[in-house]
Amino acid sequence: MTSIILRTAARYLFPVIILFSVYALLRGHNDPGGGFVGGLAAASAYVLYALAYDVKAARRLLKVDSLSLIGWGLFIALAGGMVSMFTGRPFLSGEWGKITVSQDWVIKIGTPLIFDIGVYLVVLGVTLTILMALSDVREDGEERS
Amino acid sequence: MLYAVISGFIAAACLPGLRRLLGERATLVAALAPLSLTVWFAMQFAAATSGTPVESTLPWLAGLDLHLAFRLDGLALLFALLISGIGTLVVLYSHGYLHGHPQQHWFVMYTLMFMASMLGVVLADNILLLFIFWELTSFTSYLMIGFNHEEEKSRKAALQALLVTGFGGLFLLAGLLLAGQAAGTTSLSGLIAARDVITTHPHYPVMLGLVLVGAFTKSAQVPFHFWLPNAMQAPTPASAYLHSSTMVKAGVYLLARLNPGMGGTEPWLLYVTGFGAVTLLTGAVMAAGQVYLKRLLAYTTVAALGAMVMAIGLGTEKAAKAMVVFLFAHACYKAALFLVAGAIDHETGEKNVTKLGGLFRPMPVTGAAALVAALSMAGVPLAFGFIGKELLYAAIFDHPVLLAIAVASSAFFLLVAFQTGIRPFLAATKATPRTPHEPPWTMVAGPLALGLVTLAGGMAPGWTADVLAGAAAASMLGRGVDLHLHLWHGVTRELIASGITLAAGMVVTVLAGWWLTAGGRLAGLARLGPERGYDLALRGLVGFATLQTRALQSGSLRRYLLIVVLTVSALFVISFARAELALSFTGLTPLTVPMALLCGVVIFAAVSATVSASRLGAVAAMGVVGFSVALIFIFFGAPDLAMTQLVVETLSVVLLVSAFYYLPPFARRSTWRGRARDLTVSVFAGAVMTLLVLLAAGEQIEEPISGYFAETSVPLGHGRNIVNVILVDYRALDTLGEITVLAVAGLGSLALLRLRATRKREDAS
Repeated sequence: MTSIILRTAARYLFPVIILFSVYALLRGHNDPGGGFVGGLAAASAYVLYALAYDVKAARRLLKVDSLSLIGWGLFIALAGGMVSMFTGRPFLSGEWGKITVSQDWVIKIGTPLIFDIGVYLVVLGVTLTILMALSDVREDGEERS
Repeated sequence: MLYAVISGFIAAACLPGLRRLLGERATLVAALAPLSLTVWFAMQFAAATSGTPVESTLPWLAGLDLHLAFRLDGLALLFALLISGIGTLVVLYSHGYLHGHPQQHWFVMYTLMFMASMLGVVLADNILLLFIFWELTSFTSYLMIGFNHEEEKSRKAALQALLVTGFGGLFLLAGLLLAGQAAGTTSLSGLIAARDVITTHPHYPVMLGLVLVGAFTKSAQVPFHFWLPNAMQAPTPASAYLHSSTMVKAGVYLLARLNPGMGGTEPWLLYVTGFGAVTLLTGAVMAAGQVYLKRLLAYTTVAALGAMVMAIGLGTEKAAKAMVVFLFAHACYKAALFLVAGAIDHETGEKNVTKLGGLFRPMPVTGAAALVAALSMAGVPLAFGFIGKELLYAAIFDHPVLLAIAVASSAFFLLVAFQTGIRPFLAATKATPRTPHEPPWTMVAGPLALGLVTLAGGMAPGWTADVLAGAAAASMLGRGVDLHLHLWHGVTRELIASGITLAAGMVVTVLAGWWLTAGGRLAGLARLGPERGYDLALRGLVGFATLQTRALQSGSLRRYLLIVVLTVSALFVISFARAELALSFTGLTPLTVPMALLCGVVIFAAVSATVSASRLGAVAAMGVVGFSVALIFIFFGAPDLAMTQLVVETLSVVLLVSAFYYLPPFARRSTWRGRARDLTVSVFAGAVMTLLVLLAAGEQIEEPISGYFAETSVPLGHGRNIVNVILVDYRALDTLGEITVLAVAGLGSLALLRLRATRKREDAS
């Protein structure tokens, strides 16, 4: 499908959707959002790009192998959980810290955010793995025939 | 002490890295691990053999009463020294034996892991911990036996060993748990102290039976003995370590350890002594007919284990002393003989004793060590085995049947000792595939060291073994024991019995040829024995599994769905019928017009998806259903769910359309009968689900936990979005599990899709 409208739209929408997915990830703790939605939204950005161009272009855009995303996601999630073991509490306890930017602006950072980032990466990785693998074989078949 | 046990695992983990640094010499360096352990245990000698054993406890799983409790007393020390000492020699030997083998370091890794597991077994003071290490020894020995995994015989033998000992392991667990419950503790020493409670418990026979099955499978007692000779497929260092000096002795260790706690009763006496004696005789007789070096040694190991079990059964002070010394001597000479057998095979390429001879000249050091070991096995004075045999006779002298069995079996031992340790070296030279010469020092060190210990034990037994064996016997009896070993007691009745044995043995040896032919005929009988039972059981299991898989896992996705949906619905119906729950319509929210319209849309879309004639139409209808569900979520104030549902639905549509590529161009519509069946099942499932939701809404068993979450979400969870806080904080472990499952699903899908792609490519080319 080589529609110029879709291609242009995909090119401009892609960064917007990615930005939205990161936004959803970061706001998840206090407002609707979270790692799962973020990961899925980011995946749909790549899928849109793949539909507009082709899977190879989407892979190039991703730069890393989707499988690495899965591995890194799991690792980061586990690492987030292990932080609490160093403070003597059980695995996966939430440890929180504060960053005071200014008098009214205090940012709270905690290990659940690290965990959520891990979830985000895994969801992104798995969705892209499955969808790109499906499309891959289809495109190979079409090239041959 | 925990580190002493785990060090084997750590060393094994370091080995691949070491190999990259040092190449093949890494396995040589690896021998330092067991060596240091031997030294460490030797340093604990004074402490462990005094009245109060060395203990160490680390809490682990308090909820299961499973703690890392270790206890080093006399019996444990004897075993630990044997395990680590012979382990050192075996690792050294493996370095030479597997020289040039690409997976040499793997074997040494397995050996180190096994050593650690075995140490865990003998040092554990918690019955659950003991079981864990018990199973670990089965597992690591499986890896060692199946080392030559390209040969089917090796794989089968390894599997057989694993299944038989694993099967026994389950029985052991049950028995230990029952005993632990009766005694009220999972501590092994506590269990032993609770002797009165256990032996008078109404379930005592069951406990005893279960534990005995576990011990007998591990120590190859009749009828579970058949796996041991078959395990000779393992490389020789494995056989030397596992099947002569350590793993098979685990059952013996267990029985000795449990003796003060569960022994001394009539059933114990009857069964343990009985099975032991039968095993002794069976092993000895079957050994006589073998011609292959390792099988000769394997069957006599079975017999020796039988002798040890028999002695434990008797449980007298003399029997305890005999068992301990016999064990010590046997480990030394058997390991030595196995190592020598491996050296002979390595150097000459020949395994058949009838075709070996005159090896003393090319291999003098090995030959000398072999000679000493053979003399020990035959029970000739000045070798340690003689002392062990004497003590055994002393223990059973008042039981004429046992004595007769022992004397007869020992005569056969002499035959085997001759065949394996004397004949290959001192008989007339015969031609062998390879020209023999002295094996490398790593392979000679083992038999030599063991030979020296045997000589020391034989000539100065008191100095060698008094304290150690005495302490071990004390652990076995649960009270102090004074052991004084001498070489010469005067002309006692035991000495006469030994003399008769030697004479009988020599007669048997002279008639060796006769035994070999008789052995051939006996082997035919063995085919009807317990091994056949194992074969039949295994084949039956595999057959049943095939049948069941063919019925349930036919490969048709529709069939899977049908089975799953039907089963789940049926289960629900059954539990409804038994639970007598009340159906209530009172707690339901009232139906508004927008909601009714939305439901109408969902129903319409669902129905059109099923009756649609075009694939794309069906997918579009499914998409409508999904988006409407998202709307329902929004109606009920669940923005997270709605967002996720929307994105998922989008991606699902893309996925389904991508999957269209794989479907055949012309659709095969189902028959009328098929449609009727599908309709019935779906209506049934839908009704069941509706019922389930109505019942769940009506029942309030406990306070809903949402209250707790709402209260603590901000103060404890630092977040206002309760759903997200639940996902990543309250129930983070669940989420971790979910993403792991996702990852596995992703990998699986990728593998399946790639597989199909390669197959297509292969078909096309």
